[in-house]
Amino acid sequence: MAKVTLTVNGRTVSGECEERTLLVHFIRDKLGLTGTHVGCDTNQCGACVIHMDGKSIKSCSILAVQASGSSITTIEGLAQNGELHPVQAAFKEHHGLQCGFCTPGMVMTAVDLINSKGTSLTEEDVRHGLEGNICRCTGYHNIVKSVLSAADAMQPGRQAAE
Amino acid sequence: MYATNYHRASSVDEAVKLAGTGDDTKYVSGGQTLIATMKQRLAAPSDLIDLRHVPSMKGISVSGRSVRIGAAATHAEVASSSELRAVCPGLADLAAGIGDPHVRHLGTIGGSIANNDPAADYPAGLLGLGATIVTDRRQIAADDFFTGLFDTALEAGEVITEIRFEAPEKSAYAKFANPASRYAMTGVFVAKTGGGVRVAVTGAGSDGVFRHQGMEQALAGNWSAEAVAGVAVDSSELLSDLHASAEYRANLVRVMAKRAVAAAR
Repeated sequence: MAKVTLTVNGRTVSGECEERTLLVHFIRDKLGLTGTHVGCDTNQCGACVIHMDGKSIKSCSILAVQASGSSITTIEGLAQNGELHPVQAAFKEHHGLQCGFCTPGMVMTAVDLINSKGTSLTEEDVRHGLEGNICRCTGYHNIVKSVLSAADAMQPGRQAAE
Repeated sequence: MYATNYHRASSVDEAVKLAGTGDDTKYVSGGQTLIATMKQRLAAPSDLIDLRHVPSMKGISVSGRSVRIGAAATHAEVASSSELRAVCPGLADLAAGIGDPHVRHLGTIGGSIANNDPAADYPAGLLGLGATIVTDRRQIAADDFFTGLFDTALEAGEVITEIRFEAPEKSAYAKFANPASRYAMTGVFVAKTGGGVRVAVTGAGSDGVFRHQGMEQALAGNWSAEAVAGVAVDSSELLSDLHASAEYRANLVRVMAKRAVAAAR
């Protein structure tokens, strides 16, 4: 057994797990944060995407012990003071989900995309940026619309102007 | 996944020492292939030695035209290095097209070439650049490093610490990605240097990445996409599988080489 210490959504947490335990299972089963989903379990679908030290990663592709010491943000860490994150709000507004299973990974990916590429994203940037996330319901159009709308809403100065 | 023991190395020496202790130890860096393989029980190392926390294996530096990339540099770091992009945009573009954003945040250049997947992108890049692979104990020319499918010149316990090369005058990588897996069904890296031209092909060879001498000669005399068009590509040594026949891949080699030459900068 190994001891794993993480900062998850701003809180320091530690727990014991087997060394072969995947980070996604540590997050779901040990920490009880079940917003992060296991979809394909073969590192392809992106339902398990979280942020590790500010970068989007697939939490089913890394062991919890490998991640020990890092700072993690999950879908539960996005909303602040009961207010949805702009990306979450945009998915709601633009019907960016149907069954919702891929949504946590889509949202975490979109947040990283907007944070790293800036708010002036093109549709092409968004479609390329979502390459590692699979959705079987929406046909992607409304997801792309949601991400573009969120990027627009997150433009610096935008909130102050409203 | 079968049980395994995890060790975190903080230096190259410590990693090599740890590698000598288990029954079947494996280095893990980004783990974007290894962890997936372990989940499928196709690999079951007794011990994993994590290289992600070795400071000397990180970073990218450029001095004049000489490039040094730490073996633990992620694909995202290689893709976004403005220093590298200024002297060798071909390799930065190659890194930007590997996998997806999440894979690029974890996967590393050292891990990719140590695995030497016949459809991986980096082997073509480093063979095309004539790079030197530096390990804990020696320097290996890319021409001698890639020895076959998932096979390299690395000895047991040998660890890649960095990659070095001289930036070419021009280079580019063109890949025809499998529509489902995004791995290269054929990828061609071309590099034009003062000393000549190198053309390296991944995804197509039945023995892994290879150089195409015919194209190198044609391009050395006439650096243009048209020069490649007439070069024969022998399909007898190319892969044939459910994705593409050897003949189809032979045509892709030519088409990707043309695109790479046209895009080279």
